[in-house]
Amino acid sequence: MERSRIVFSGSGGQGVITASIILAKAAAIFEDKHAIQSQSYGAAARGGATRSDIIIDDSEICFPKVIQPNVLVSLTQESYNKFAPIIRPGGLLLVDSKYVTIEKKVDAKHITLPMYETVMKEIGKPIVFNICVLGALISISGLIRPESIMKVLETTIPEDFMEMNEKALDLGIKMGKKEHY
Amino acid sequence: MKNKNNIRFIQGNEACVEGAIYAGIDFFAGYPITPSTEIAEHLASRLPQKGGKFIQMEDEIASMGAIIGASLTGNKVMTATSGPGFSLKQEALGYACMAEIPCVIANVQRGGPSTGNPTHVSQGDVNQARWGTHGDHAIIALTASNHQDVFEMTITAFNMAETYRTPVILLLDEVIGHMREKVTIPETGKIPVVERLRTSVKKGVDYHPYLPREDGRLPMSDFGEEHRYNVTGLFHDMWGFPNNNPKVVGELLRHLVDKIENNVNDISRFKEYWLDDAEFILVSYGSSARSAIHLARNRRSRGVKIGVLELQTLWPFPSELVKEKCAGAKAVIVVEMNLGQIVTQVKNAVDNPHNVFLSNRIDGELITPTDIKSLLRVIQGKGV
Repeated sequence: MERSRIVFSGSGGQGVITASIILAKAAAIFEDKHAIQSQSYGAAARGGATRSDIIIDDSEICFPKVIQPNVLVSLTQESYNKFAPIIRPGGLLLVDSKYVTIEKKVDAKHITLPMYETVMKEIGKPIVFNICVLGALISISGLIRPESIMKVLETTIPEDFMEMNEKALDLGIKMGKKEHY
Repeated sequence: MKNKNNIRFIQGNEACVEGAIYAGIDFFAGYPITPSTEIAEHLASRLPQKGGKFIQMEDEIASMGAIIGASLTGNKVMTATSGPGFSLKQEALGYACMAEIPCVIANVQRGGPSTGNPTHVSQGDVNQARWGTHGDHAIIALTASNHQDVFEMTITAFNMAETYRTPVILLLDEVIGHMREKVTIPETGKIPVVERLRTSVKKGVDYHPYLPREDGRLPMSDFGEEHRYNVTGLFHDMWGFPNNNPKVVGELLRHLVDKIENNVNDISRFKEYWLDDAEFILVSYGSSARSAIHLARNRRSRGVKIGVLELQTLWPFPSELVKEKCAGAKAVIVVEMNLGQIVTQVKNAVDNPHNVFLSNRIDGELITPTDIKSLLRVIQGKGV
Protein backbone atom coordinates (compact mmCIF):
# COMPACT_ATOMS: atom_id res chain seq x y z
CA MET A 1 0.00 0.00 0.00
CA GLU A 2 0.99 3.60 -0.43
CA ARG A 3 1.90 5.30 2.81
CA SER A 4 -1.27 6.92 4.16
CA ARG A 5 -0.72 10.27 5.79
CA ILE A 6 -3.92 11.43 7.41
CA VAL A 7 -4.77 14.65 9.18
CA PHE A 8 -7.91 14.51 11.30
CA SER A 9 -9.02 18.02 12.27
CA GLY A 10 -11.87 19.73 14.05
CA SER A 11 -12.67 21.39 17.31
CA GLY A 12 -11.78 20.15 20.79
CA GLY A 13 -14.63 17.99 22.13
CA GLN A 14 -15.73 16.57 18.76
CA GLY A 15 -13.84 13.34 19.34
CA VAL A 16 -11.25 14.01 16.67
CA ILE A 17 -8.36 12.66 18.73
CA THR A 18 -10.36 9.64 19.91
CA ALA A 19 -11.34 8.73 16.37
CA SER A 20 -7.75 9.04 15.17
CA ILE A 21 -6.46 6.83 17.98
CA ILE A 22 -9.09 4.18 17.17
CA LEU A 23 -8.09 4.27 13.49
CA ALA A 24 -4.35 3.99 14.15
CA LYS A 25 -4.83 1.33 16.83
CA ALA A 26 -6.99 -0.76 14.49
CA ALA A 27 -4.26 -0.63 11.84
CA ALA A 28 -1.42 -1.38 14.25
CA ILE A 29 -2.97 -4.16 16.29
CA PHE A 30 -5.61 -5.80 14.11
CA GLU A 31 -4.16 -5.38 10.62
CA ASP A 32 -0.46 -5.85 11.44
CA LYS A 33 0.43 -2.57 9.83
CA HIS A 34 2.78 0.07 11.09
CA ALA A 35 0.88 3.04 12.49
CA ILE A 36 1.67 6.19 14.42
CA GLN A 37 -0.70 8.75 15.88
CA SER A 38 0.33 12.11 17.25
CA GLN A 39 -1.41 15.37 17.93
CA SER A 40 -0.67 19.04 18.02
CA TYR A 41 -1.25 19.99 21.51
CA GLY A 42 -2.00 23.39 23.01
CA ALA A 43 -2.89 24.43 26.52
CA ALA A 44 -6.70 24.48 25.97
CA ALA A 45 -8.83 21.42 26.76
CA ARG A 46 -11.83 22.54 24.67
CA GLY A 47 -12.29 24.62 21.54
CA GLY A 48 -9.66 25.80 19.09
CA ALA A 49 -8.49 23.91 16.01
CA THR A 50 -7.54 20.37 16.99
CA ARG A 51 -5.28 18.36 14.73
CA SER A 52 -4.27 14.73 14.93
CA ASP A 53 -1.75 13.15 12.55
CA ILE A 54 -1.91 9.48 11.61
CA ILE A 55 0.52 7.58 9.42
CA ILE A 56 -0.28 4.02 8.30
CA ASP A 57 2.12 1.94 6.22
CA ASP A 58 3.34 -1.59 5.54
CA SER A 59 6.90 -0.61 6.35
CA GLU A 60 8.46 1.05 9.37
CA ILE A 61 7.59 4.69 10.04
CA CYS A 62 10.33 6.91 11.44
CA PHE A 63 9.43 10.58 11.09
CA PRO A 64 6.07 10.62 12.92
CA LYS A 65 4.49 13.89 11.77
CA VAL A 66 2.41 14.56 8.66
CA ILE A 67 3.67 17.45 6.54
CA GLN A 68 1.49 16.94 3.46
CA PRO A 69 -1.59 14.76 4.13
CA ASN A 70 -3.06 12.65 1.35
CA VAL A 71 -6.20 12.40 3.44
CA LEU A 72 -7.66 15.37 5.29
CA VAL A 73 -10.77 15.19 7.45
CA SER A 74 -12.12 18.54 8.62
CA LEU A 75 -15.08 18.84 10.97
CA THR A 76 -15.09 22.63 11.44
CA GLN A 77 -14.78 25.60 9.12
CA GLU A 78 -11.79 26.87 11.08
CA SER A 79 -9.86 23.61 10.73
CA TYR A 80 -10.84 23.31 7.06
CA ASN A 81 -9.59 26.82 6.35
CA LYS A 82 -6.39 26.13 8.22
CA PHE A 83 -5.47 22.73 6.83
CA ALA A 84 -6.99 22.51 3.33
CA PRO A 85 -4.01 24.34 1.77
CA ILE A 86 -1.54 21.65 2.94
CA ILE A 87 -3.32 18.67 1.35
CA ARG A 88 -1.28 16.70 -1.17
CA PRO A 89 -2.48 17.33 -4.75
CA GLY A 90 -4.83 14.54 -5.77
CA GLY A 91 -5.60 13.68 -2.16
CA LEU A 92 -8.91 13.10 -0.40
CA LEU A 93 -10.79 15.78 1.52
CA LEU A 94 -13.72 14.69 3.70
CA VAL A 95 -15.84 17.32 5.43
CA ASP A 96 -19.16 17.46 7.25
CA SER A 97 -21.92 19.44 5.51
CA LYS A 98 -23.25 21.06 8.68
CA TYR A 99 -19.94 22.50 9.77
CA VAL A 100 -17.95 23.15 6.61
CA THR A 101 -18.67 25.18 3.50
CA ILE A 102 -16.15 24.59 0.75
CA GLU A 103 -14.94 28.01 -0.27
CA LYS A 104 -12.02 27.63 -2.61
CA LYS A 105 -11.42 24.26 -4.25
CA VAL A 106 -8.01 22.73 -3.71
CA ASP A 107 -6.59 20.00 -5.97
CA ALA A 108 -8.19 17.08 -4.13
CA LYS A 109 -11.26 14.87 -4.29
CA HIS A 110 -13.83 16.80 -2.21
CA ILE A 111 -16.44 14.79 -0.39
CA THR A 112 -19.06 16.55 1.71
CA LEU A 113 -21.39 14.29 3.70
CA PRO A 114 -24.24 15.09 6.11
CA MET A 115 -22.64 12.99 8.85
CA TYR A 116 -23.68 15.09 11.82
CA GLU A 117 -27.27 15.48 10.61
CA THR A 118 -27.59 11.75 9.91
CA VAL A 119 -26.26 10.80 13.35
CA MET A 120 -28.67 13.22 15.03
CA LYS A 121 -31.61 11.95 12.94
CA GLU A 122 -30.92 8.22 13.25
CA ILE A 123 -29.33 8.01 16.72
CA GLY A 124 -29.93 11.38 18.33
CA LYS A 125 -26.63 11.43 20.24
CA PRO A 126 -23.80 13.68 19.05
CA ILE A 127 -21.15 11.70 20.97
CA VAL A 128 -20.97 9.08 18.21
CA PHE A 129 -20.52 11.66 15.44
CA ASN A 130 -16.79 10.89 15.34
CA ILE A 131 -17.42 7.16 14.87
CA CYS A 132 -19.73 7.93 11.95
CA VAL A 133 -16.96 10.05 10.39
CA LEU A 134 -14.55 7.16 10.91
CA GLY A 135 -17.01 4.82 9.16
CA ALA A 136 -17.29 7.17 6.19
CA LEU A 137 -13.52 7.59 6.00
CA ILE A 138 -12.70 3.88 5.96
CA SER A 139 -15.42 3.10 3.47
CA ILE A 140 -14.33 5.84 1.04
CA SER A 141 -10.62 5.17 1.37
CA GLY A 142 -10.54 1.40 2.04
CA LEU A 143 -7.82 2.11 4.62
CA ILE A 144 -8.97 -0.32 7.31
CA ARG A 145 -11.57 -3.07 7.52
CA PRO A 146 -14.68 -2.20 9.59
CA GLU A 147 -14.12 -5.40 11.64
CA SER A 148 -10.80 -4.02 12.88
CA ILE A 149 -12.46 -0.81 14.04
CA MET A 150 -15.13 -2.89 15.80
CA LYS A 151 -12.46 -4.92 17.58
CA VAL A 152 -10.89 -1.73 18.95
CA LEU A 153 -14.29 -0.41 20.03
CA GLU A 154 -15.05 -3.69 21.82
CA THR A 155 -11.91 -3.31 23.92
CA THR A 156 -12.31 0.39 24.72
CA ILE A 157 -16.03 1.19 24.94
CA PRO A 158 -18.44 0.12 27.71
CA GLU A 159 -20.84 -2.61 26.55
CA ASP A 160 -23.93 -0.41 26.96
CA PHE A 161 -22.60 1.98 24.34
CA MET A 162 -21.53 -0.62 21.79
CA GLU A 163 -24.80 -0.75 19.89
CA MET A 164 -24.88 3.01 19.41
CA ASN A 165 -21.27 3.04 18.20
CA GLU A 166 -21.82 0.13 15.81
CA LYS A 167 -24.83 1.89 14.35
CA ALA A 168 -22.86 5.13 13.91
CA LEU A 169 -20.04 3.25 12.20
CA ASP A 170 -22.54 1.58 9.84
CA LEU A 171 -24.21 4.89 9.01
CA GLY A 172 -20.84 6.30 8.05
CA ILE A 173 -19.91 3.23 6.00
CA LYS A 174 -23.18 3.39 4.07
CA MET A 175 -22.76 7.10 3.31
CA GLY A 176 -19.16 6.54 2.23
CA LYS A 177 -20.04 3.63 -0.09
CA LYS A 178 -21.85 5.98 -2.43
CA GLU A 179 -18.66 7.96 -2.96
CA HIS A 180 -15.72 6.94 -5.10
CA TYR A 181 -12.11 7.79 -4.53
CA MET B 1 -7.35 -15.21 17.10
CA LYS B 2 -4.00 -15.24 18.82
CA ASN B 3 -3.69 -13.48 22.14
CA LYS B 4 -2.95 -9.83 21.54
CA ASN B 5 -3.10 -8.65 25.15
CA ASN B 6 0.65 -8.09 25.18
CA ILE B 7 0.50 -5.84 22.10
CA ARG B 8 -0.37 -2.30 23.02
CA PHE B 9 -0.90 0.90 21.06
CA ILE B 10 0.18 3.52 23.56
CA GLN B 11 1.96 6.80 24.22
CA GLY B 12 5.69 6.82 24.96
CA ASN B 13 4.90 7.90 28.50
CA GLU B 14 2.77 4.77 28.93
CA ALA B 15 5.56 2.63 27.45
CA CYS B 16 7.79 4.09 30.16
CA VAL B 17 5.19 3.10 32.78
CA GLU B 18 5.01 -0.45 31.43
CA GLY B 19 8.82 -0.64 31.49
CA ALA B 20 8.86 0.53 35.10
CA ILE B 21 6.24 -2.07 36.05
CA TYR B 22 8.23 -4.79 34.26
CA ALA B 23 11.38 -3.67 36.11
CA GLY B 24 9.56 -4.06 39.44
CA ILE B 25 8.81 -0.48 40.52
CA ASP B 26 7.36 -0.33 44.05
CA PHE B 27 6.97 3.39 44.62
CA PHE B 28 6.41 6.57 42.63
CA ALA B 29 6.24 10.12 43.94
CA GLY B 30 5.75 13.02 41.60
CA TYR B 31 4.09 16.26 40.70
CA PRO B 32 2.30 16.48 37.35
CA ILE B 33 3.89 18.56 34.62
CA THR B 34 3.42 18.57 30.85
CA PRO B 35 4.63 16.64 28.89
CA SER B 36 5.41 13.99 31.52
CA THR B 37 2.01 13.87 33.26
CA GLU B 38 0.85 10.59 31.68
CA ILE B 39 3.66 8.76 33.47
CA ALA B 40 2.21 9.81 36.84
CA GLU B 41 -1.36 9.32 35.61
CA HIS B 42 -0.86 5.73 34.51
CA LEU B 43 1.31 4.74 37.46
CA ALA B 44 -1.46 6.07 39.73
CA SER B 45 -3.65 3.26 38.42
CA ARG B 46 -1.01 0.60 37.64
CA LEU B 47 1.02 0.71 40.88
CA PRO B 48 -1.80 -0.08 43.36
CA GLN B 49 -2.79 -3.05 41.14
CA LYS B 50 0.51 -4.72 41.99
CA GLY B 51 0.65 -3.63 45.63
CA GLY B 52 2.87 -0.61 45.02
CA LYS B 53 2.40 2.92 46.27
CA PHE B 54 1.75 6.12 44.31
CA ILE B 55 1.84 9.52 45.90
CA GLN B 56 1.33 12.97 44.43
CA MET B 57 3.52 15.28 46.48
CA GLU B 58 3.23 19.03 47.00
CA ASP B 59 6.02 19.74 44.52
CA GLU B 60 8.98 18.29 42.64
CA ILE B 61 11.46 18.82 45.48
CA ALA B 62 9.35 16.81 47.88
CA SER B 63 8.83 14.12 45.21
CA MET B 64 12.56 13.66 44.87
CA GLY B 65 12.92 13.47 48.66
CA ALA B 66 10.14 10.91 48.85
CA ILE B 67 11.67 8.54 46.30
CA ILE B 68 15.08 8.78 47.99
CA GLY B 69 13.54 7.78 51.32
CA ALA B 70 11.48 5.02 49.78
CA SER B 71 14.50 3.63 47.95
CA LEU B 72 16.53 3.47 51.17
CA THR B 73 13.80 1.37 52.77
CA GLY B 74 14.23 -1.23 50.03
CA ASN B 75 11.92 -0.14 47.23
CA LYS B 76 12.48 0.35 43.53
CA VAL B 77 11.51 3.95 42.90
CA MET B 78 10.92 6.51 40.20
CA THR B 79 9.75 10.06 39.67
CA ALA B 80 8.84 11.84 36.43
CA THR B 81 8.99 15.48 35.47
CA SER B 82 9.92 18.00 32.80
CA GLY B 83 12.40 20.92 32.63
CA PRO B 84 11.16 23.23 35.43
CA GLY B 85 10.59 20.29 37.76
CA PHE B 86 13.93 18.77 36.79
CA SER B 87 15.61 22.01 37.90
CA LEU B 88 13.93 21.72 41.30
CA LYS B 89 15.09 18.13 41.74
CA GLN B 90 18.79 18.88 41.24
CA GLU B 91 19.73 19.43 44.89
CA ALA B 92 18.23 16.15 46.06
CA LEU B 93 19.59 14.42 42.96
CA GLY B 94 23.08 15.35 44.14
CA TYR B 95 22.22 13.93 47.54
CA ALA B 96 21.26 10.63 45.87
CA CYS B 97 24.61 10.65 44.01
CA MET B 98 26.53 11.28 47.24
CA ALA B 99 24.55 8.85 49.42
CA GLU B 100 24.47 6.28 46.56
CA ILE B 101 20.73 5.76 46.48
CA PRO B 102 19.25 3.90 43.48
CA CYS B 103 16.46 5.86 41.80
CA VAL B 104 15.12 6.66 38.32
CA ILE B 105 14.21 10.21 37.25
CA ALA B 106 12.33 10.54 33.97
CA ASN B 107 12.60 13.96 32.36
CA VAL B 108 10.25 14.29 29.38
CA GLN B 109 11.89 17.34 27.81
CA ARG B 110 10.02 20.45 26.71
CA GLY B 111 11.30 23.85 25.60
CA GLY B 112 13.21 25.92 28.14
CA PRO B 113 14.64 27.80 29.96
CA SER B 114 12.11 28.40 32.73
CA THR B 115 8.52 27.36 32.01
CA GLY B 116 9.43 27.77 28.33
CA ASN B 117 7.29 25.90 25.83
CA PRO B 118 5.36 23.23 27.78
CA THR B 119 3.59 21.44 24.93
CA HIS B 120 6.44 21.40 22.42
CA VAL B 121 9.53 19.31 21.91
CA SER B 122 13.12 20.10 22.84
CA GLN B 123 16.32 18.30 23.81
CA GLY B 124 17.68 21.22 25.76
CA ASP B 125 18.22 19.39 29.07
CA VAL B 126 21.09 17.13 27.96
CA ASN B 127 23.75 19.16 29.73
CA GLN B 128 21.48 19.75 32.70
CA ALA B 129 21.23 16.00 33.10
CA ARG B 130 25.03 15.91 33.23
CA TRP B 131 25.79 18.96 35.33
CA GLY B 132 22.49 20.07 36.85
CA THR B 133 23.61 19.28 40.36
CA HIS B 134 26.74 20.86 41.76
CA GLY B 135 30.15 19.41 42.43
CA ASP B 136 32.16 16.77 40.61
CA HIS B 137 30.04 13.72 40.11
CA ALA B 138 29.14 11.10 37.55
CA ILE B 139 25.66 10.36 36.26
CA ILE B 140 23.91 7.92 33.95
CA ALA B 141 21.46 9.36 31.41
CA LEU B 142 19.59 7.16 28.93
CA THR B 143 17.25 7.97 26.07
CA ALA B 144 15.22 6.24 23.33
CA SER B 145 13.63 7.04 19.97
CA ASN B 146 10.74 4.57 19.78
CA HIS B 147 8.30 3.05 22.23
CA GLN B 148 9.74 -0.47 22.25
CA ASP B 149 13.08 1.10 23.17
CA VAL B 150 11.45 3.41 25.75
CA PHE B 151 10.05 0.27 27.38
CA GLU B 152 13.44 -1.46 27.36
CA MET B 153 15.51 1.58 28.36
CA THR B 154 13.22 2.17 31.34
CA ILE B 155 14.02 -1.36 32.51
CA THR B 156 17.70 -0.67 31.82
CA ALA B 157 17.47 2.52 33.90
CA PHE B 158 16.12 0.59 36.89
CA ASN B 159 18.76 -2.12 36.39
CA MET B 160 21.63 0.36 36.23
CA ALA B 161 20.32 2.28 39.26
CA GLU B 162 20.53 -0.94 41.29
CA THR B 163 23.82 -2.16 39.79
CA TYR B 164 25.70 1.10 40.34
CA ARG B 165 23.70 2.46 43.31
CA THR B 166 23.08 5.71 41.56
CA PRO B 167 20.34 7.99 40.24
CA VAL B 168 19.66 7.24 36.56
CA ILE B 169 18.06 9.90 34.36
CA LEU B 170 15.71 8.83 31.60
CA LEU B 171 15.78 11.68 29.09
CA LEU B 172 12.69 11.44 26.94
CA ASP B 173 11.08 14.26 24.95
CA GLU B 174 7.60 15.59 24.14
CA VAL B 175 7.34 13.84 20.76
CA ILE B 176 8.26 10.43 22.17
CA GLY B 177 6.20 10.98 25.32
CA HIS B 178 2.98 11.91 23.53
CA MET B 179 2.91 10.06 20.20
CA ARG B 180 1.32 6.65 20.03
CA GLU B 181 2.78 3.53 18.44
CA LYS B 182 2.85 -0.21 18.97
CA VAL B 183 4.70 -1.83 21.86
CA THR B 184 5.00 -5.55 22.51
CA ILE B 185 5.34 -6.34 26.21
CA PRO B 186 7.60 -9.39 26.54
CA GLU B 187 6.85 -12.23 28.93
CA THR B 188 8.27 -11.97 32.43
CA GLY B 189 11.86 -13.15 32.48
CA LYS B 190 12.59 -12.38 28.83
CA ILE B 191 14.41 -9.17 29.77
CA PRO B 192 16.69 -9.53 32.80
CA VAL B 193 15.74 -7.49 35.86
CA VAL B 194 18.40 -6.57 38.44
CA GLU B 195 17.16 -6.90 41.99
CA ARG B 196 18.40 -4.96 45.04
CA LEU B 197 21.72 -6.30 46.33
CA ARG B 198 21.13 -6.71 50.06
CA THR B 199 23.77 -7.32 52.70
CA SER B 200 24.31 -10.79 54.12
CA VAL B 201 25.39 -9.26 57.44
CA LYS B 202 23.10 -10.62 60.13
CA LYS B 203 20.99 -8.59 62.52
CA GLY B 204 23.00 -7.46 65.55
CA VAL B 205 26.29 -7.63 63.61
CA ASP B 206 28.02 -4.42 62.51
CA TYR B 207 26.99 -3.42 58.99
CA HIS B 208 29.08 -0.92 57.01
CA PRO B 209 26.74 0.76 54.51
CA TYR B 210 29.59 2.37 52.56
CA LEU B 211 32.19 -0.41 52.54
CA PRO B 212 32.47 -1.69 48.95
CA ARG B 213 32.84 -5.40 48.27
CA GLU B 214 35.82 -6.57 46.24
CA ASP B 215 33.85 -6.04 43.02
CA GLY B 216 33.16 -2.45 44.04
CA ARG B 217 29.44 -2.94 44.75
CA LEU B 218 27.88 -1.88 48.04
CA PRO B 219 25.22 -4.23 49.45
CA MET B 220 22.32 -2.34 51.03
CA SER B 221 20.26 -2.85 54.15
CA ASP B 222 16.63 -1.71 54.17
CA PHE B 223 16.64 1.44 56.27
CA GLY B 224 14.66 1.05 59.50
CA GLU B 225 14.90 -2.75 59.45
CA GLU B 226 17.80 -4.86 60.76
CA HIS B 227 20.69 -2.40 60.91
CA ARG B 228 21.10 1.11 62.26
CA TYR B 229 23.22 3.34 60.07
CA ASN B 230 23.66 6.95 59.04
CA VAL B 231 22.98 8.53 55.66
CA THR B 232 24.25 11.99 54.81
CA GLY B 233 25.01 14.34 51.93
CA LEU B 234 28.33 15.19 53.57
CA PHE B 235 31.47 13.28 52.70
CA HIS B 236 31.30 10.22 54.88
CA ASP B 237 33.19 7.17 56.10
CA MET B 238 32.24 3.52 55.70
CA TRP B 239 29.75 3.85 58.55
CA GLY B 240 27.97 6.67 56.79
CA PHE B 241 29.04 9.32 59.32
CA PRO B 242 30.32 12.74 58.21
CA ASN B 243 34.07 12.85 57.75
CA ASN B 244 36.33 15.48 56.18
CA ASN B 245 39.56 13.58 56.50
CA PRO B 246 41.36 14.38 53.18
CA LYS B 247 41.91 10.70 52.46
CA VAL B 248 38.26 9.84 53.02
CA VAL B 249 37.06 12.82 50.95
CA GLY B 250 39.39 12.13 48.02
CA GLU B 251 38.71 8.41 47.94
CA LEU B 252 34.95 8.79 48.15
CA LEU B 253 34.79 11.30 45.30
CA ARG B 254 36.97 9.06 43.14
CA HIS B 255 34.76 6.08 43.99
CA LEU B 256 31.57 7.98 43.07
CA VAL B 257 32.96 8.95 39.67
CA ASP B 258 34.96 5.80 38.89
CA LYS B 259 32.10 3.38 39.56
CA ILE B 260 30.35 4.92 36.53
CA GLU B 261 33.10 6.33 34.28
CA ASN B 262 35.16 3.11 34.49
CA ASN B 263 32.14 1.13 33.30
CA VAL B 264 31.29 3.31 30.30
CA ASN B 265 31.40 0.29 27.97
CA ASP B 266 28.91 -1.66 30.07
CA ILE B 267 26.64 1.35 30.43
CA SER B 268 26.79 2.38 26.78
CA ARG B 269 23.74 1.50 24.68
CA PHE B 270 23.46 2.43 21.01
CA LYS B 271 22.03 1.38 17.67
CA GLU B 272 23.63 1.65 14.28
CA TYR B 273 22.13 1.84 10.80
CA TRP B 274 24.13 1.41 7.56
CA LEU B 275 27.44 2.41 9.13
CA ASP B 276 29.67 -0.17 7.39
CA ASP B 277 30.53 1.90 4.33
CA ALA B 278 29.11 5.24 5.47
CA GLU B 279 30.85 8.38 4.24
CA PHE B 280 28.32 10.55 6.03
CA ILE B 281 27.30 9.67 9.58
CA LEU B 282 24.35 11.15 11.40
CA VAL B 283 24.78 10.98 15.19
CA SER B 284 21.47 11.44 16.96
CA TYR B 285 19.24 10.39 19.85
CA GLY B 286 15.64 10.56 21.05
CA SER B 287 12.98 11.77 18.63
CA SER B 288 15.62 13.52 16.46
CA ALA B 289 17.02 10.09 15.63
CA ARG B 290 13.70 9.20 13.93
CA SER B 291 14.25 12.02 11.45
CA ALA B 292 17.90 11.04 11.00
CA ILE B 293 16.99 7.41 10.24
CA HIS B 294 14.19 8.56 7.92
CA LEU B 295 16.59 10.74 5.93
CA ALA B 296 19.38 8.13 5.84
CA ARG B 297 17.00 5.48 4.46
CA ASN B 298 15.75 7.93 1.86
CA ARG B 299 19.27 8.99 0.77
CA ARG B 300 20.53 5.36 0.75
CA SER B 301 17.87 4.55 -1.82
CA ARG B 302 19.49 7.25 -3.98
CA GLY B 303 22.99 5.87 -3.59
CA VAL B 304 24.35 8.18 -0.88
CA LYS B 305 26.62 6.30 1.53
CA ILE B 306 25.05 7.55 4.72
CA GLY B 307 24.45 5.91 8.08
CA VAL B 308 23.15 6.66 11.55
CA LEU B 309 24.68 6.17 14.98
CA GLU B 310 21.85 6.41 17.49
CA LEU B 311 23.06 7.01 21.02
CA GLN B 312 20.86 5.62 23.80
CA THR B 313 23.36 6.32 26.58
CA LEU B 314 24.20 10.02 26.63
CA TRP B 315 26.04 10.07 29.97
CA PRO B 316 28.65 8.85 30.60
CA PHE B 317 29.38 9.94 27.03
CA PRO B 318 30.65 6.98 24.97
CA SER B 319 33.66 8.83 23.49
CA GLU B 320 35.57 5.72 22.40
CA LEU B 321 32.52 4.32 20.62
CA VAL B 322 31.86 7.56 18.76
CA LYS B 323 35.53 7.91 17.79
CA GLU B 324 35.63 4.34 16.45
CA LYS B 325 32.33 4.48 14.55
CA CYS B 326 33.07 7.86 12.97
CA ALA B 327 36.70 7.09 12.07
CA GLY B 328 36.16 6.61 8.33
CA ALA B 329 33.53 9.30 7.77
CA LYS B 330 33.97 12.29 5.47
CA ALA B 331 31.52 14.23 7.61
CA VAL B 332 29.66 13.67 10.86
CA ILE B 333 26.36 15.49 11.36
CA VAL B 334 24.98 15.63 14.89
CA VAL B 335 21.19 15.92 14.81
CA GLU B 336 19.66 17.32 18.00
CA MET B 337 17.06 19.83 19.16
CA ASN B 338 19.16 22.32 21.11
CA LEU B 339 21.96 24.77 20.36
CA GLY B 340 24.58 22.02 20.32
CA GLN B 341 24.97 19.97 23.48
CA ILE B 342 25.99 16.53 22.19
CA VAL B 343 27.86 17.98 19.18
CA THR B 344 30.46 19.34 21.63
CA GLN B 345 31.03 15.84 22.99
CA VAL B 346 31.27 14.38 19.49
CA LYS B 347 33.84 17.02 18.47
CA ASN B 348 35.90 16.13 21.51
CA ALA B 349 35.67 12.43 20.73
CA VAL B 350 36.55 12.23 17.02
CA ASP B 351 39.97 12.55 15.35
CA ASN B 352 38.93 15.43 13.11
CA PRO B 353 36.52 17.83 14.83
CA HIS B 354 36.45 20.09 11.75
CA ASN B 355 34.35 17.44 9.99
CA VAL B 356 31.64 17.55 12.65
CA PHE B 357 28.54 19.64 11.90
CA LEU B 358 25.36 20.46 13.80
CA SER B 359 21.89 20.04 12.31
CA ASN B 360 19.45 21.39 14.84
CA ARG B 361 16.10 22.94 15.47
CA ILE B 362 15.14 25.00 18.52
CA ASP B 363 11.66 26.36 17.69
CA GLY B 364 9.57 23.71 19.39
CA GLU B 365 8.96 21.73 16.18
CA LEU B 366 10.37 18.26 15.57
CA ILE B 367 13.41 18.50 13.30
CA THR B 368 12.44 17.16 9.86
CA PRO B 369 14.36 14.95 7.43
CA THR B 370 14.34 17.95 5.07
CA ASP B 371 16.07 20.11 7.69
CA ILE B 372 18.90 17.55 7.87
CA LYS B 373 18.97 17.15 4.09
CA SER B 374 19.59 20.87 3.60
CA LEU B 375 22.78 20.71 5.67
CA LEU B 376 23.84 17.43 4.04
CA ARG B 377 23.58 19.03 0.60
CA VAL B 378 25.71 21.97 1.67
CA ILE B 379 28.37 19.61 3.02
CA GLN B 380 28.21 17.59 -0.23
CA GLY B 381 28.84 20.82 -2.12
CA LYS B 382 25.44 20.64 -3.81
CA GLY B 383 23.93 23.81 -2.36
CA VAL B 384 20.55 23.92 -0.67
